[in-house]
Amino acid sequence: MAEDEKKKEEKGIWSRRDFFTRLGWGGFGIFAGFSLLGFIRSAFPRVLFQPPSTFKAGLPSDYAPGEVSEKYKQEQRVWIVREEQGMYAIFAKCTHLGCTPRWLPAENKFKCPCHGSGFFKDGLNFEGPAPRPLDRFKITVGEDGQLVVDKSKVFRMNPGVNPDEQYPDSILKA
Amino acid sequence: MAFKEKWEELKSDIVKSQVWKAIFRHGYEDTPRNRVLMVTANVWLHLHPAKVRKHAVRMRFTWCMGGLTFLMYLVTVITGIYLMFYYRPVAEYAYADMKYLEFDMPFGMLMRNMHRWAAHAMVVFVWLHMFRVFLTGSYKPPREFNWLIGVLLLVLTLLLSFTGYLLPWDQLSIWAVTVGSNMARATPLLGHEGPFADFVGANPIYDARAFLFGGGEIGPHTLLRFYILHCIFIPLVASLLMAVHFWRIRRDGFSGPPL
Repeated sequence: MAEDEKKKEEKGIWSRRDFFTRLGWGGFGIFAGFSLLGFIRSAFPRVLFQPPSTFKAGLPSDYAPGEVSEKYKQEQRVWIVREEQGMYAIFAKCTHLGCTPRWLPAENKFKCPCHGSGFFKDGLNFEGPAPRPLDRFKITVGEDGQLVVDKSKVFRMNPGVNPDEQYPDSILKA
Repeated sequence: MAFKEKWEELKSDIVKSQVWKAIFRHGYEDTPRNRVLMVTANVWLHLHPAKVRKHAVRMRFTWCMGGLTFLMYLVTVITGIYLMFYYRPVAEYAYADMKYLEFDMPFGMLMRNMHRWAAHAMVVFVWLHMFRVFLTGSYKPPREFNWLIGVLLLVLTLLLSFTGYLLPWDQLSIWAVTVGSNMARATPLLGHEGPFADFVGANPIYDARAFLFGGGEIGPHTLLRFYILHCIFIPLVASLLMAVHFWRIRRDGFSGPPL
């Protein structure tokens, strides 16, 4: 052992053999690491044959203030709501068991036909078995001035708190 | 009597022929040494111990659960290969092929049901095996590494069942896998609905679930992916781990004093 120590002191920390061993294994390790990254990347194709997660919802001026638009409910299961402070997109899926509620303009509320859950215009639940307010989607204005709703970005509402306060981002400011 | 003599004559002719000797080299003498050699020199048996104490293989001690799990694995491999001849993992054909091999192929229904029931039995047996190992304390040193491999094999068994579930490509499969994969999308950091998803930028088409599915939802990509995982990748890894598992049983020694 003492001789080895002496040799090490003479040759520095790494001998030539140590250096090349580490260089070789290090190079192999880096190669293997990048190969793994490449493999993982290859598991995500660039083109997917599935419906896009976003849809265009017309110009903001198409919607009157205070309106709950059912224009995209059939196709996209989304209500576009325009209020004084801005616009938001509500996911038309009851948070109880997933039925599609109805918008009742006369009573100014969303009402689920399955078990009677009721929601205010901003999505807050106030009656029936629904445990939390209706979820919202991200809504922005695209380059052509049209509204873009991104259904992959869900604002999942927690119970008991006003939806506008939970996620100020969910409102597109006018 | 004449028949027996003829038979003995024939037997000795065969055993003394050059072909026989080229394959088996020497006759089999029932001596302790030969019995050991039979096991250690055989490629199929050499993982086994040459000798085991009688009490170590008692039924009520091992429940035979490890061996039965392996038997079920072999049944699924053999019936699975049969099914692979008639099944195309393509969205347009998968369901029809499943029906076809079940109702129009001779013994197809038998093979499919054997595959299914052996797979169920394998899951049950592997849990009972784990339970038995726990009860007998066989996870303790020096066998702790084998317990670890056993846990990996348990996970692979469940993954085999899970990936096989999608292959009939009916409503049950699709929704079962949809529900089963909810775990992947709720995984911290890796799933788009899990904690820190925004921090790492995970979204429905770039997260752990999309890695499994090959997209944001179950589609033809998913079917092919699960098929390859089910038929090639997981069985390969499981077979390698099984080899290590069986080898370690012997290396770690059997209970009781040494032979």
